[in-house]
Parts: sequence; C-alpha cells; structure tokens
Amino acid sequence: MKLIVAIVRPEQLSDVLGALFRAEVRGLTISRVQGHGGEIEQVENYRGTTVKMALSEKVRIEIAVSNHFVQPTVDVIIASARTGDVGDGKILVLPIEKIYRIRTGEQDQDAVTPVPAVAAAV
Amino acid sequence: MNNGDIGWMLVSTALVLLMTPALGFFYGGMVRSKNALNTMMMSFIALGPVAVVWALLGYSLAFAPGSPVVGSFAFAGLQGVGLQARDTIPHLLFMGFQGTFAIITVALISGAVVERMRFGAYLAFIVLWVLGVYAPVAHWVWGGGFLASAGALDFAGGAVVHVNAAAAALVAALVIGQRKDYARHAMLPHNVPFTLLGAGLLWFGWFGFNAGSALGATPIAALAFINTMLAPAATLTTWMVIDLVRGGRVTAVGAATAIVVGLVVVTPAAGYIGPASALALGALGAVPSYFALILRARTKLDDSLDVVAAHGVGGATGAILTGVFADAAWSGGPNGLLGGNPGQVLIQIYSVLAVLAYSATGTFVILKLVALVLPLRAAGRVEGVGLDVTDHGEEAYTAGDGAILVSPDDPIYSQSSVAAIAFPEGGRS
Repeated sequence: MKLIVAIVRPEQLSDVLGALFRAEVRGLTISRVQGHGGEIEQVENYRGTTVKMALSEKVRIEIAVSNHFVQPTVDVIIASARTGDVGDGKILVLPIEKIYRIRTGEQDQDAVTPVPAVAAAV
Repeated sequence: MNNGDIGWMLVSTALVLLMTPALGFFYGGMVRSKNALNTMMMSFIALGPVAVVWALLGYSLAFAPGSPVVGSFAFAGLQGVGLQARDTIPHLLFMGFQGTFAIITVALISGAVVERMRFGAYLAFIVLWVLGVYAPVAHWVWGGGFLASAGALDFAGGAVVHVNAAAAALVAALVIGQRKDYARHAMLPHNVPFTLLGAGLLWFGWFGFNAGSALGATPIAALAFINTMLAPAATLTTWMVIDLVRGGRVTAVGAATAIVVGLVVVTPAAGYIGPASALALGALGAVPSYFALILRARTKLDDSLDVVAAHGVGGATGAILTGVFADAAWSGGPNGLLGGNPGQVLIQIYSVLAVLAYSATGTFVILKLVALVLPLRAAGRVEGVGLDVTDHGEEAYTAGDGAILVSPDDPIYSQSSVAAIAFPEGGRS
C-alpha cells in the first residue's frame, strides 16, 4: 500500500480528477495549498506597492492505493497534469504503515478496495 | 428651460452612470475568481475612454444634424454644446445623459468575451465600436435618423442599447472563440451575492435609464418609472414559477437574471404603455429569454454570460411587444396592435433587424481591424492562470502570503506583467 501525494496546478485539477476517475481511482482527498516550485514569480502592483509573488496556488491530492494501482495512478496524473512549463508540480509515493476503513473497520488492502456505494445510505 | 426637468435629468444621469459599475458586479460574480477583476474592469473601464470619445466625437456623430444614417461633426469637441436649452434642459446635460447610455452599451458586450479576450484589444475595440456602431445606431432612432422617420418606438433603447450590444456580443463570441475549457469543464459563478448585488443596483439605476428617457420631470417619466418597477416584477414572478415547475427550486442566479431580462424587455416600451400592459409584457418577456439561456448552453456558442439570451432576445421581445401594447391613451403617442395599429409591430421588427444587421457587420469589421494590430485572445496558458494576474497584475482575493516587497531600484520594479524571474526547475535551493 502506498500513499500518493501529488501537487498539481489548480487549473489542471478538473483534468486530473477526470483522468483518475476514468482509471477507476475513486478514493482521494484534495487540499488547496501554496508553494514555490521554481516557477516564474509574478509581479503585481497595488497602487504604490510592487510585489513579486513567491508562492503559487497549487492543489495537493492524496490517494491511498494498493501496490498494483501505484503505477497506473502515477501515469494518469503525469499525463493529465502536465503542461510542459515549470510549475507543473510533483508526485511523491510514500509507504503506508496501516490503513483502516472507518465505516467497517476493514484494514489495509481491503480498506482501499472500492466497494459500490449504496444509494440508500443517503 | 424648466428647473424640475433639469433636476430630474441630473439625477437620472447619475443613476444611469451607476449601472455600469453595477453591471461589473453582475458580471463579475458570474465568472471564476481568477478572472473577477478582469471581468469587472471590462465594465468599469468603459467609464473612462468611452466617455471621453463620446464627448469628443461620439455625441456629434449621434446627435448633430446630419443625414438619416449618421450625424455630423458639428458638435465635435463639444463645440456649440453649452448651457443653452435643448427642449427644457441644457444641451450639455442632454449630452452627458446620452453618454451614460453609450458607456453601459459597450460594457454589456463584454459579457460574451470574458475570461479570454485580451484587455488591450478590448480597449481598442470599445473605443472604435462606440464611434463606428453605437453613435450611428443612436442617430437612427434618437438623432432624427431613418428609424425615427419610419416611426419606430424605442423609448429608452431596446434596439439602440440591448439588441445592438447583443448583436455585437454574438459576433465577438464567434470571432474570439470559445474558452479553452468550454463545454469540457464546469465554469461556475464564483460569487453569486455579487451577481445579486449587481442586479439590484442595475434595477435602481434603470429608473434613471427609463424614466430619464422622458427627458424631463413629466407625467410620462412617472409612467416609465412605474413600468420599470412593474415589468421586472412580473418577469421575476414568471421566472420563479418556471424555475419551480422545472426544477422544484427557485435559483438566485435565475432571479438576478430575471430582473435584468425584465428591465431589458420594458426598456423600449417604458413610456409608451400602460401599467397593466407592463405587467403582461414583463411576464411574457420572461419566457423567450428563459429558454434561450437553456438552449444556448447546449450549443457551441460560448456567449459566456448570455448577453444574447438576456439582451438580444429580451430586447427584441420588448421592441416587438412595444408594437403590441403601445397605448395612445397613456402616452399620447401612437397606438400598437391592441389599439388597432398592427403596422406598428412590423415597424418594430424592421428596427430590430436593421440594428442587428448593422451592429453584427460593424462589430465584425472592427474586430478584424483590431486583430491586425493586437491579438484578440489570451494564450492558452494565460487563460489557465486567469486574466487578473496576467492582464492587470493584481488578484481579486489574496491573503498576501509569499508576497515579497520589490524596492524601486530593483530592475523588475517597473515590470507590471508576466515573466519576472524564471528559475530553472530545481535550480534554487
């Protein structure tokens, strides 16, 4: 089991999500973050104040996957998040010690294997 | 001259001027947050250059005595436009009142091209458009041109303002093309409260637009004023019912849109119809625009903020219904279809088609001329980042995290847009 952490451009997020869902990757969490990845620093003016913005808006995607899903997930993110310019982001793959699914108490592999959502749960 | 008339027209001019910032909020709320400033600026900036060229030349082309097609240079540079009476108000005040209409009309067009048209090209376009398209069309209807002679009724600008802006919007959306993610990604309004605020302020300003078009503090101004209250009320009610029947819920963006559509529909009719007719006209006017909005979203036409459905369809509906409901007993003017004058409907249709044809053609030519000098649309990457940062060097919503102060002796100080310092990937510890 691995935790895939991807930092991508916000404007690529819709593409990345679409590609992940098509690749059957269904469990993920996103957060809006700011970071510096060596991209062009935008110069902004507010009346007499000139600033360069050292942090760019990014989206951080976290996905816990079973081992055989790691490479397909990474491939899909790279293909959908890439624009070719500096600032496209990074993908980190980290080991996971333990996973629990809160609803059932299932662990590890079982906990990251998607089950069909039951409509009656709504 | 009449001091009451002067007083009302001073207030009306300020009211109509407020509509352009209001439109900025109406439009600004409907785009994504990365384009909020750019979209609002497309409206706000019209208050500058458009008003200047209007005073220098536009007013003369529209209102100086000339041919049936266009005015002349007689009032260029405001020569001869002073405090002498034009009817019951100073000529200068009439010029200013009409100028506020030119400003809002060009700002309306921006709704079709937001989130991808380059700001510089937009500035060139609006200056040329107000002279080349707006001024002649205003002359046709209000400056003694051929539509006035034909007997077309357009109290406050259903054809001159709304059909005119919508035809330009349609052509501009087609020439500039879709946003790169259009119909592929959802592009949702980032601030619906702004849109509601804008709709409310537009309604407020529209009392000056319609009742001010009586050009005096007269009973006809009172009629236009109350019709401007009643017709959008009926449109909003109808819209609400259609929303309820179709989806079971009344939407906020729908309500804001309904108010604007109702105001557009009553614009050509305001001083020509009775209040009961205004209610009927407002209610009927909701239907074509409501369904035009839904149909447009299923097409490839990226008229991003639906200028065509709201102002084109609404303006044309209003112009034609003016020919149906016009009532001599209320206005002292001509009767419409219901008053036994069916020919008025044909005259109204003629005026809509004339404005549509000329505005579409003129807009196409002006855009192609601008494109010879300035690229019209932003590059794909710029569209992704948003035009606030790239075209204005500002962000609408920033906490200022990571903003490093640049001192005046830094070489990048004078640079206000794009590429400051590019570090190679990983080249910075």
